[in-house]
Amino acid sequence: MNILVCLKQILDPEVPVRDFFIDDSGLQADPACANQVTNIFCENALETALQLKDFHGGKVSVLSLGPNSTEDTLRKGLAMKADEAFMILNETGQLPDSAATAKILAAGIRQMETFDLILTGRESGDWGAGQTGGLLAEELGFTFSAFVDRISLEGDDRLILRQQTDSGWQTFSSPKPTVASITNSDHNLPRIPKTRDIILANRKPVATLTLEDLGISPDELLPNQLKARVRQLSIPEAKSDCEFIDGDSIEEKIQKLADKIAAIARAV
Amino acid sequence: MSEEKSIVITAVFTTEMNTATAGLLGAGQRLAKETGGAHVALSSGESDSEFAAKLSEFADRVITVDSEDLANSQPESWLNTISSLSSQENPAAVILGNDILSQEITPRLAHRLGGASIGDAQAVTVEDSNIVVTRSVYGGKAVAEIELTASPAVVWVRSQSMDPAEAQATPGTITAGDFGANVETRTRLVESHDEESEGGRLEDAQIIVSGGRGLGGPEPFEDLIALAKVLKAQNAASRAACDLGWVAHSWQVGQTGKKVAPELYLGVAISGASQHMMGIADSKVIAAINTDPDAPIFKHCQFGLVEDYKKVIGPLKEKLAKLLS
Repeated sequence: MNILVCLKQILDPEVPVRDFFIDDSGLQADPACANQVTNIFCENALETALQLKDFHGGKVSVLSLGPNSTEDTLRKGLAMKADEAFMILNETGQLPDSAATAKILAAGIRQMETFDLILTGRESGDWGAGQTGGLLAEELGFTFSAFVDRISLEGDDRLILRQQTDSGWQTFSSPKPTVASITNSDHNLPRIPKTRDIILANRKPVATLTLEDLGISPDELLPNQLKARVRQLSIPEAKSDCEFIDGDSIEEKIQKLADKIAAIARAV
Repeated sequence: MSEEKSIVITAVFTTEMNTATAGLLGAGQRLAKETGGAHVALSSGESDSEFAAKLSEFADRVITVDSEDLANSQPESWLNTISSLSSQENPAAVILGNDILSQEITPRLAHRLGGASIGDAQAVTVEDSNIVVTRSVYGGKAVAEIELTASPAVVWVRSQSMDPAEAQATPGTITAGDFGANVETRTRLVESHDEESEGGRLEDAQIIVSGGRGLGGPEPFEDLIALAKVLKAQNAASRAACDLGWVAHSWQVGQTGKKVAPELYLGVAISGASQHMMGIADSKVIAAINTDPDAPIFKHCQFGLVEDYKKVIGPLKEKLAKLLS
């Protein structure tokens, strides 16, 4: 099986609210407020691919679009034992929207080998648009399933993809090649790279493509060229008027809590 | 908005009129008022069905497609159908709900129609002839206004957070259509499996008792289940608890879980990371039990108890059983 996993590097979504702030442009979080990390759902996707490779053999490649720092994300992918890494360098300083990202990734993928399966994370922890996987599938003319948490083979030509639904799950059969966006489950927690593999990964090549290599003008990433443009970004005011229940004994506190809850329950 | 591109199509994948459906139709209806065009509702089923009649109260036109594939929620069938209809109607926007199928189709549909897509819209308006969407970003730490500059705008909305549609003075027309719903698809639905929860959908629950990573394992959830029983409430959990396999994934509430809006959300040993808060922001009352007085969840609570849940849950259940008997 030849699998490609698209990874995105983002500002650490675990940064606490008190440390989070918006930059001078007013249109994105300030990169200074936290470290860059690999989007967790992309790691779930990579774990899914690696498990398929463990089971069925084949190759796992990782691809990422971003500035130079993206190389760290790709090297972590290599440390998790992905076989090859590809970076499409975005040095414009502009943030692409999902449509531009999908177009650029597709252009890169067309220059790479043929894949049976292409995975993305279900959404990113920064903008959380959740559009890139589906758009990428359309760019490539492939089928697409979202919120997939399990993948298996169906004969030589098809894949079975299990999708998490609101009330359970359902499975789909799609022809190869297909694109799936992966969601978190207790089966795809990303493996922690061994120290030895981290060191080996640092010595592996990361093939780099530029936008020009792909026939894409950097101007396409200018804000007024994007299909989804950020007009305004703001931090909502945190109102903080929690009544902390007090009492002479823990029993008294629990009673007060029970009274408050019961009042609501009776009204419902 | 140009004369041609003012129609708003609302794609309704369910045949159940509930809070989410009413909210979805409300979003489409109000957007159509702003674009100045007709509100068109698309549904599966027969044109003389009760559901189609209900839809006609909230749309200028209802289009029904009687197809088994659509009724069975075959994604590509729906994609082909909406795509065909949109090519014909040339809408300014296509509005979908927050169900899985809608979310999956949104980007694909936008690409096929040469438009722009976005999801989890909490508000949709028109400004300077473009569709503008308000949504939470950065795991709920910020709010963004996103302008969609390509047409049509394909937007899935947070249905149950939207105000419901209002009945029109005159019901809309209902017509049956085809739109290639039964064309062969590459993807086939193989199997569907519903884990029926006894109380119904979490999104509809009035009281929710939820547990997080602080519970340390699956066993304490038994106590939360017992507590919920006394309250006639439903149970939920944070992503961490689900990913660790302590409870079923369908319990997950948050940015990438369910969005709930109960009268009371009681979070036990949940820190209240912004991603979790995104899922419970519409709760009327949020309360928490947590050993950490600085836990972020307390900033969103009306009341809370800083205490070890182990000392609280059992006695709390007893007292509530007495109070509610």
